[in-house]
Amino acid sequence: MKILVAIKQVPDTATQVKVAGDARSIETAGITWIVSPYDEFAVEEALRIKEKRGQGEVVAVTLGPERAKEALRSCLAMGADRAIHVNDPAFNDADTLTTARALAKVVEQEQPAVVFVGRQAIDDDMGAVGAQLAEVLGWPCAYWIMEEAIDGDGKTVKAARQVEGGLEVFDIPLPAVLAAQKGINEPRYPTLKGIMGAKKKEIKDVKASDLGVTPEPQLSVIALEALPPRAAGRIIEGDVATAVKELVRSLREDAKAI
Amino acid sequence: MAGAFWVIVEDDRQGAPKKVMAEALGEAARLSGGNVEAVWVTDKATDAGLTQLGEWGASKVWLLENAAFAPYRGEVWVPAVAELAAKESPKAIFAPVTSRQREFMARLAAKLGVGLCADAVGFKMDGDKLVGTRPVYAGKLLSKVAWKQMPWMATLRPNVFRPAESQAGKTAQVEKVGAAAAPEKLKFVERREEASTGLPELTEAETVISGGRGMKGPENYVILEEMGKVIGAAVGASRAAVDAGWRPHRFQIGQTGRTISPKLYLGFGVSGAIQHLAGMRTSKVIVAVNKDPEAPIFKIADYGIVGDLFEVVPALTTEFKKLLEK
Repeated sequence: MKILVAIKQVPDTATQVKVAGDARSIETAGITWIVSPYDEFAVEEALRIKEKRGQGEVVAVTLGPERAKEALRSCLAMGADRAIHVNDPAFNDADTLTTARALAKVVEQEQPAVVFVGRQAIDDDMGAVGAQLAEVLGWPCAYWIMEEAIDGDGKTVKAARQVEGGLEVFDIPLPAVLAAQKGINEPRYPTLKGIMGAKKKEIKDVKASDLGVTPEPQLSVIALEALPPRAAGRIIEGDVATAVKELVRSLREDAKAI
Repeated sequence: MAGAFWVIVEDDRQGAPKKVMAEALGEAARLSGGNVEAVWVTDKATDAGLTQLGEWGASKVWLLENAAFAPYRGEVWVPAVAELAAKESPKAIFAPVTSRQREFMARLAAKLGVGLCADAVGFKMDGDKLVGTRPVYAGKLLSKVAWKQMPWMATLRPNVFRPAESQAGKTAQVEKVGAAAAPEKLKFVERREEASTGLPELTEAETVISGGRGMKGPENYVILEEMGKVIGAAVGASRAAVDAGWRPHRFQIGQTGRTISPKLYLGFGVSGAIQHLAGMRTSKVIVAVNKDPEAPIFKIADYGIVGDLFEVVPALTTEFKKLLEK
């Protein structure tokens, strides 16, 4: 069974991101880049399927600049077999739909049984690419999945998606797109052997022309801004009883928040 | 009618539109000068629900009613709404951010070949074009976006937009759309309910209480839940507390959990790591209680108490009780 995992390289969660001089993008100097955390759940789930079935291939794919290769290399170190890098400046202003259309071409070429994505990349926070990929392909999809089990003959997956108030469980015919939510598994750390082995694994570079797509973004970022700073707050002094009374009074009378 | 702002209805699965609909309809009305229509895809609408949508300002409700529309399945919903949109040419399509709308709106945008601004926190008309504002990097920055063509599609973050005021007697024209449901691919097996805390849903709650590493263990969250019951708040947790296994992940607030914008956020024993602050800093009023006066959360808190949460929480719950019983 071939499983494709679409991942994205993003700034580490502890990074203090700043707006760059063009006022449309972020200052990339000094950023530590990681595989988006939800995508790690997706990679881990794919590896577990392969291990459980005792055969198969896990292919990691990303769309991004040259530095995104490091993220693919991390996936290979975790255990993915090979990687595909959609690496073309033509995609610099790609929106979610452009990305989904490019990935759909990769999927058509690779013909996996399942595509895993993370529930969202933690930079743009759109959470749309997986759903749009399914729509472009005409495949079923399930979002925010907390568990999945593919049946023995590889024709159906039983997946539980997280919704308000509970989980909804479905039998879904393959091929399908599944978006992993945190909690589905505990991603492994790459072993030293895995890291060494990853250096020998293939990362194929792909251009827009190889995919036969012309990027036509439908949504564009016209400005990126820092959040307005919050006004300075106040530490309420005094013993617990006094402080608590004053806090409740302030919340009711000044902030009108309760 | 052509040129209307559409709002996709999010309901409680029992035939009543959720409260967030007042916010989405209110914002759509402001942007369109009142040319707002609701699109309700459901297995069962109620008259009370249709009345409510009218009172919240929808001039028309496009009602797509079919048993096959529940539970939500993208392959069933998308073709039905896409067909209607092709016929009616709305100017914009909005929906509140919920688990199903997040997937549905993305798929519909792909089907229509237009842009989607997910999780919007602001809109402005720039001449005759819409500009959306949305948090990125989990709220560390704000991004302003523009669409190449209509319909302008967006999902709206709860608790951010001013809700439409309910106007008694204002009614919506209900137009039933004979929508044939496309065959489903997802076969429904079961729904597993979470053990209900009796408290509001985290992302929709107007007040959120959060417990961090300072809670010391899972058994202590009961004091936060008691406070939650008194003030009608949801109870969440920091990543540290979730990673320690004290709370299920669905309660996590922050960059790898839920992003929230309540009217009031109360953090207890939460230090305020960057990724947590990112997920809650757009709260309107922030209260922090922490033993450590250097905790970063005090930098963004409107009110802070430096002290032991195990003393502060019970005292605060008692004070809230006194206030609200008056």
